[in-house]
Amino acid sequence: MKKWSAIFAPALVALATTAPSSAYAAECEEIVLGSAISLTGKYATNGVHAKNGYEFAIKKIKENGGIKVDGKCYNFNVIYYDDESKGDRGATLAERLISQDKVQYMLGPYSSGLTKAIAPVTERYKIPMVEAEGASRSLFNKGYKYLFAVLSTSEQYLASAVTLAEEMAKKDGKEAGDIKVAIAVENDPFSLDIRAGVLEDAERVGMKVVIDEKLPRDLSDMSAILTKVKLLKPDLLVVSGHSKGAATAVRQIKEQNIKVPMIALTHCEAADVTGNFGDAADGILCSTQWAETLSYWDPVFGTAANYEQEFKSAYPEYKEKKVPYQTAQASAAVMVFMSAFERAGTLDKDAVREAISATDMTTFYGRIKFSEAGNNIAKPMVLRQIQNGEYNVVAPSAFASHGLDWPRK
Amino acid sequence: MDQILGNIDLLIQFPIVNLKIIIDGVMIGALFALAAYGLALVWGVMNVKNLAQGDFVIAGGYVAWWMTQKGIHPLLGVPAAFIIMWGIGWIIYKLVISRVIERDLFTSLLATFGLAIMMAQILNLMFGSDTQSIDLGYETLHFADGLIDIPISKLIGVCMALSLAAGVIIFMKRSRMGQAIRATAQDARAARVLGIDTEKVYAFTFSLNSAICGAAGAIIVMAWVIQPFYGITYSIRAFVIVTAAGLGNLPGVIAAGLGIGAAEQYGSHIFGIGYQQAIAVLLLLLVLVVRLLIQRRKRQVLQ
Repeated sequence: MKKWSAIFAPALVALATTAPSSAYAAECEEIVLGSAISLTGKYATNGVHAKNGYEFAIKKIKENGGIKVDGKCYNFNVIYYDDESKGDRGATLAERLISQDKVQYMLGPYSSGLTKAIAPVTERYKIPMVEAEGASRSLFNKGYKYLFAVLSTSEQYLASAVTLAEEMAKKDGKEAGDIKVAIAVENDPFSLDIRAGVLEDAERVGMKVVIDEKLPRDLSDMSAILTKVKLLKPDLLVVSGHSKGAATAVRQIKEQNIKVPMIALTHCEAADVTGNFGDAADGILCSTQWAETLSYWDPVFGTAANYEQEFKSAYPEYKEKKVPYQTAQASAAVMVFMSAFERAGTLDKDAVREAISATDMTTFYGRIKFSEAGNNIAKPMVLRQIQNGEYNVVAPSAFASHGLDWPRK
Repeated sequence: MDQILGNIDLLIQFPIVNLKIIIDGVMIGALFALAAYGLALVWGVMNVKNLAQGDFVIAGGYVAWWMTQKGIHPLLGVPAAFIIMWGIGWIIYKLVISRVIERDLFTSLLATFGLAIMMAQILNLMFGSDTQSIDLGYETLHFADGLIDIPISKLIGVCMALSLAAGVIIFMKRSRMGQAIRATAQDARAARVLGIDTEKVYAFTFSLNSAICGAAGAIIVMAWVIQPFYGITYSIRAFVIVTAAGLGNLPGVIAAGLGIGAAEQYGSHIFGIGYQQAIAVLLLLLVLVVRLLIQRRKRQVLQ
């Protein structure tokens, strides 16, 4: 096996770098990227969404005349391996991409777990990796120098609701200090990140946290918390507990007739709260990384709506559904590489790493600018409010398609 | 600590909340009692401790949910789940339980544990891991300034649970099969000598248990939410209740079920909802210790 791949891999790279590319730009050379991505296993659905996002961006860049580096023209070509949704497999494949396939630049895998497994490898070989699907904030406190993420980290998921609550209270003539916040999140790393983000923002502007509870893993009844909500009358209720948290919350908020001016959840779509509970879900805010109605724009894809439309015609299997944000952010990761190569003006990987680090660009997916730690600090999370059964973007207000219904009835 | 004191303070400030907590607890407790009664039945008659009890409940919930998706009225899902789960229980008895019934305790525990894992995974493969629930679209009754609220769907569910329990009690007391089941529970060998087909009784008992659980699950999906891996919560409650109340003590099972429901609600109000399950297990420990002390005073041995 080893012997075979040793013979085969250099041949593959040679093939990839010398093969003539498409008709659009026949004279362009190729830059090889590598990615271990989940094509089978538990993350297969989202892994394929991400891969399609990468491929669509590469195709669009090619159609746009490729990447101009120091007067020469290049196109991307990605070597994919299937990590089977397993961390150890992902790390092994990353080693293989780097040491055998001689890949110098990596695109991220799907999920925080896989990114966590691969990042130490790319770090060791000093290979820049731009990832689009790992949101855990624990990825960005390890001092990694070669890891960059275009998406918002998990602690930001509902933090924008705090900002929105503050805006609304000010409009209502109240001070931030008068705002009471209730938090109910599940006891798992992802939801605890969300809680940390909300707590941090609430404390910074001086809001009072009146309820701060952890939901059990097998939650089916949260009436104890909602009773307290009724008694303490918070202005903002934040619930995050995967799809069971969203389903239980929406169901019991209606049953107990809870009147909170602003309610923000995660996983609304996974729990299909509009389909399952109808009107009961109206007025609830749901967080998402991206939505096709946002008015962001870039020269390759145009607006977010353009992206959606063109993606659907390129991948007809998405015709009936919305383009998932996992796909959009994967395309954005490719955009970062393109821009970095053009700005660096060379294929030297350290120069490219510097260029990625200095990225400050607007894409159809939102603005991208990395912090020291490598996470994107310029793109806010998007909040959508369920209005008459539709998910309408209401925040960030500058890019929103609809106004916020406040207070929630 | 501050939060716990604050929560107790709320209970004192708004005494009506105590009533709400008890009502909520009794409503979920009625369903715990139903699952526990089925467990006590199987345990008492066949000496099989069914670790898959909760998974039968969830399976019943999915049967009802699936029927509703197919356009059947949700309330009909309860009898439908009763019947379908009866059949599934019978198949499982013939395939698995009948082979371990004569073996030692450990074998039947292992078999039902395996069954629990299998059922949860099969449900996961068939219906996906998202939570499901049926919205009946009924109103909610509000009392005491809206502090007490009773959704009509929950009320209907609890009434169905009560009538099912009553039906089972009458059946066990009056019918020929009920008598045979009780006789087998008392002494299987004697029952066999006297001409009772104990094999048939076992199959019937296990199917009946499965059907009761199925109906409980169908009620749960109307009033709460289900997910393929929620079985364990109902299994744990059923075991706690049966251990606390003892076998063959139906009023005890009902009282313990309602009591645990209420105690859990109190616990989750005071300590936080994350400790709900811990309260149930803590209560079990307490009951066991108290029983041990009582037995010791009477100079008897624990059975």
